[in-house]
Amino acid sequence: MAKAIKFQWAINHAIAEEMRRDPNVFIVGEDVGKPGGPFGVTRGIIDEFGAGRAVDTPISEGAIVGLCCGAAASGLRPVAEIMFMNFITLCVEEFYNQGSKMRWMFGGQVKQPFVVRAMTAGGFGAGPHHSSSLESWFACMPGMKVVMPSTPLTAKGLMKSAIRDDNPVLYIEPLSSYGLKQEIPEDEEVLTPIGKAEVAIEGSDVTIITVGRLRGEAEKACKTLAGDGMKPELIDLLTVNPLDMETIYASVKKTNRCVIMHEAKKIMGIGAEIAADLQETMFDWLDAPVARVAAPFTHIAFQPALEKEYFPNADKLVAKVKEIVG
Amino acid sequence: MKISKEVKIDLFTRMVRVRTFEDLTTVNFASGDMPGFLHLSQGEEAVAAGVCGGMRMEDAIYTTHRGHGCIIAKGADLNPMMAELFGRIDGCCKGRAGSMHFADVKTGCMGSNGIVGEGMRIALGTAFAQKYQKTDNVTAVFFGEGATGTGAFHESFNMAAVLKLPLIFVCSINLYAQMTPKSDHIAIENVADRAAGYGSPGFTIDGNDIEVVYETAQKAIKHCRAGKGPYLIEAKTYRHHGHFEGDPCNYRPDGELEQWKKKDPIDLYEKKLKKEGVLDAKGIKAIKDAATKAVEEAVDFARKSPQPDVGELYKEILA
Repeated sequence: MAKAIKFQWAINHAIAEEMRRDPNVFIVGEDVGKPGGPFGVTRGIIDEFGAGRAVDTPISEGAIVGLCCGAAASGLRPVAEIMFMNFITLCVEEFYNQGSKMRWMFGGQVKQPFVVRAMTAGGFGAGPHHSSSLESWFACMPGMKVVMPSTPLTAKGLMKSAIRDDNPVLYIEPLSSYGLKQEIPEDEEVLTPIGKAEVAIEGSDVTIITVGRLRGEAEKACKTLAGDGMKPELIDLLTVNPLDMETIYASVKKTNRCVIMHEAKKIMGIGAEIAADLQETMFDWLDAPVARVAAPFTHIAFQPALEKEYFPNADKLVAKVKEIVG
Repeated sequence: MKISKEVKIDLFTRMVRVRTFEDLTTVNFASGDMPGFLHLSQGEEAVAAGVCGGMRMEDAIYTTHRGHGCIIAKGADLNPMMAELFGRIDGCCKGRAGSMHFADVKTGCMGSNGIVGEGMRIALGTAFAQKYQKTDNVTAVFFGEGATGTGAFHESFNMAAVLKLPLIFVCSINLYAQMTPKSDHIAIENVADRAAGYGSPGFTIDGNDIEVVYETAQKAIKHCRAGKGPYLIEAKTYRHHGHFEGDPCNYRPDGELEQWKKKDPIDLYEKKLKKEGVLDAKGIKAIKDAATKAVEEAVDFARKSPQPDVGELYKEILA
């Protein structure tokens, strides 16, 4: 039995299911409890589980994630919310110096099983302090996992997997994906494995790698390219830390070409890591340079035309793929 | 508050163990056999022993880069602590962490921290878990007056107060935030006055009077076990050594150290216990000799422990 569910409700259901399954799971953050979340993602949680497990906090991102580190070390499984990913700058300390290091640094004496949801608002004209996708900062932290759901199914599956994971997981949630609808099985556990990329479309001419909210744009581009007689293979990373390079290698062995698209900046983005790895590991298999379609080295404007120019889209991806495939 | 003879002797013993450990660490560090940086706590033993000596094993503490004293006073085994300072595999953190990042979770020592103030934010989580799990255990987080300038202090105290967490904030006023004197970076005289700003109790005490520290800590522990929220203890004390081992201490005026050594918490209590007839010279010597023996054994244990294999870099990064 499957039901068509919207992306944001898929996350809500995942959290509620895991809270029923494990009494140590709780949600914490600004407006998550009584208000049900600023975008409604945690609606109903406080009614079912009570205020002790749906905790509204002051505006203190550092303390929110610090609380996650301490609670996780002491046997609980927090699921926190950072309302916009730009605000994560206020708690980078708690990820980088604390949560990602505590297990190793203390010789394995503690675990850090916590999840932090961070919403990105690219595409809404939200401007320079609300629109960033900062996955690359956390993708270079050992001891962290970073996931980027792209569909309602992966939104549910990755949230459930993240809560069950015994490590700190940053779950990047694009606001503009909330309206996506997809059929999700109701009578089975939906668990998307962390650390495994999905081959969304099989092909042979070029490997296109996408991640997060741009999956829709990548699928649109693949349709256009197919119409022009090309057979692109589309990989959705789903997890950016750890990167599933094995799936990418297997694809590049088939296609010999690779184009990576992500909404974060090109310079020092995750595409840079993938490209460096590919030319190092798969040099003999490549028939063309590894290309990247990503944001330019400037800031995100609130102004619509400037924002549209900033972010990658299907047209920019099609143009780059045609350049690479020749 | 009446303190039993047994507790008095126990508090004295804890202070002596801390001093002996710190003094022997000083000697071994000077020999060049201990890597890294050290921040030692001689002079602040009463704060460590007075608070930790009155806690349960199940209670938790979070400490600073100057955290040896609290961890020893809480009851951690000296052998793995010393091995950790030498960076050996039998260290409590397998030689990876060293002095500033000690943890001994089985005795409730949830971690020292190299980032000033950060222990307070993490301590919120353990206090939250103690309440969530319906225990009446409590958490104490130690910090110096320098940490009261961080956002961590404000965020943590405010959050502990609104969530009514069993968290005791223990501020050691040792007069210097690294090299800067207190009056240059704190706008008021008593940090404890800030607790009222969070609707919580806060008290300024003589941090070198072990019995005052113990009694105040007992009040704080009782308050927190009863679910009444956080509590602030501001303990006035002084560190005999520099900020770090090797610090020339040019920022201290002449004579200040000597003045504070006259108020050495261990000397003061030794005199008091003798006067009260709780311990005689023989009893005191026995305690000091036992501490010396234990610490010397720890040094021996540490020096015999092997270096960690380079493979340790890759173990236990993820669970």
